[in-house]
Amino acid sequence: MSIISTHGLSKHYSGLRAVNNVDFDLPDGQVRALIGPNGAGKTTFVGMLSGRIKSSAGSVSFLNTDVTDMPAHKRMSMGMAYTFQITSVFANLSVHENVALAARRAIKGAPSVVNNKVMSVLEQVYLADRTDQIAGDLSYGHQRLLEIGMGLAQSPRLFILDEPTQGLSASEVDGFIELVRVLSKDTTILLIEHNMDVVMRTAHYITVLNFGEILAEGTPAEIRSDTDVQTAYLGTT
Amino acid sequence: MNQAARSVVLHGLVIALLVAMFFVLPEYHSGNLARILVLAVFAMGYNVLFGYTGLLSLGHALFFASGMYGLGLSIQFLSASPMLAIVIGLITAVVVSGVIGFLALRTTGVAFMIVTLMFAQAGFLTVLFFGKYTRGDEGFVIQRAQRILFGVDLSQPLPRYFAALILFAICLCLIAWMVHSRFGKTLVAIRENEERARMLGYDIQRHKLMAVIISGTMSGAAGAAYALLFGYAGASFAAVQYSILPLLYVLLGGAGTTIGPLIGTVFMFYLIDISSEYTDAYLLIAGLALILLTLFAPHGIAGILRKKLAWLP
Repeated sequence: MSIISTHGLSKHYSGLRAVNNVDFDLPDGQVRALIGPNGAGKTTFVGMLSGRIKSSAGSVSFLNTDVTDMPAHKRMSMGMAYTFQITSVFANLSVHENVALAARRAIKGAPSVVNNKVMSVLEQVYLADRTDQIAGDLSYGHQRLLEIGMGLAQSPRLFILDEPTQGLSASEVDGFIELVRVLSKDTTILLIEHNMDVVMRTAHYITVLNFGEILAEGTPAEIRSDTDVQTAYLGTT
Repeated sequence: MNQAARSVVLHGLVIALLVAMFFVLPEYHSGNLARILVLAVFAMGYNVLFGYTGLLSLGHALFFASGMYGLGLSIQFLSASPMLAIVIGLITAVVVSGVIGFLALRTTGVAFMIVTLMFAQAGFLTVLFFGKYTRGDEGFVIQRAQRILFGVDLSQPLPRYFAALILFAICLCLIAWMVHSRFGKTLVAIRENEERARMLGYDIQRHKLMAVIISGTMSGAAGAAYALLFGYAGASFAAVQYSILPLLYVLLGGAGTTIGPLIGTVFMFYLIDISSEYTDAYLLIAGLALILLTLFAPHGIAGILRKKLAWLP
């Protein structure tokens, strides 16, 4: 079954075709990487999946429902979670409250139920010893992890991560890869990523965007040997 | 003590202190305090939108006046009982804030300030336009006989003070409860990072509209109470000055705190009261105080207290 799919999805900014006629299909349970050079339209594309950006043409279907005209918050409450390319947490609130805000929207239970979820999520993203810290005081890497935690707290069916490892240290990247492996058991993941090491180590399948169109799709091995991709993106070493 | 217990103790103490004040203070000051309590309700209403949701409105005089004229005109022309008039005043405020919220929330930031300001000016001009009924700037008096609620004469100092205090206590409890509710925490999330809150799946527009209605209705309740307790309704309460005042009260007292609006109203009221004894330019002194405050204590008086006592709600 496919979690999310698009048909002819396009975004045109007064003549500029940021995303053009993309047919995309993401099956349940997969870790999919979306790669491509800067300006390839990756963020615009996932923006249209999540509802942050309105599409110019085409359709998006999430969990077999046409969500093309559905506002972002409704898509989220259907089971999507989204982390921003530029870290976006509630900087003046505590780490605990950041995650609790995410959990509370998804869980309609008592405060104790929410609290249990928050604590288990913070455990998962290695922040359990920083619950009372103000989010804005965390290091950059920890803020990235916090944002992932906010996604996890929603127990999403589809988790969209926009360049999650950007700015992380090597050891933090290793931790992230481990986290994705654990998460992929319960949720479908769409990962925009520049770090090819992360892509090759986590993705089951890769979609390459170039000039707003799908250049190639395949397994990591197939993508690595694809000559078009090499020319456009990976370099020809 | 956990957060909820602290909140009950703190707000209980504030209310108990205010009860005691009536018997301790000389009559002039307890009379002032009755007025301050009603204005503090106005400020608390304003704080829901400004302090908790992060929306700066410059049009709250309209909501205050909605309650005031909803009550005043229904007593004057429909011979409504005070209870019925209070209900009409509240309904007027709910409807007006609902409509204004629905329209004004299409804008954000500075545009929201301008749109609310313009709606309030339109409201003010409407009051003047229908001067035949509202008596415009001159206003009209609500007679003592029309201010007897459940057999209690609200024109007398003691019932008037405690009526104001009951309204204040109800609003304070509502806000203290709201702050700890899902809804209140979501408002804070919107204030802190609207886009993040949206992408967590919260319906931002619906929450903001609810905030405008709660804020506007509380302000309207203050307006209705003002007319009923002090027996007068006039166009000056719909003027821009009454849109600015709650902003000043909240800034001075501490935005986004439960007791800040009361503190701010007390200080601003007495600042104006005392300085007007010495000079006609009392607003200049109020303005100066506000500038100093913004420079040195941008989080207001309750904000300073909160630095010492982090648990302050």
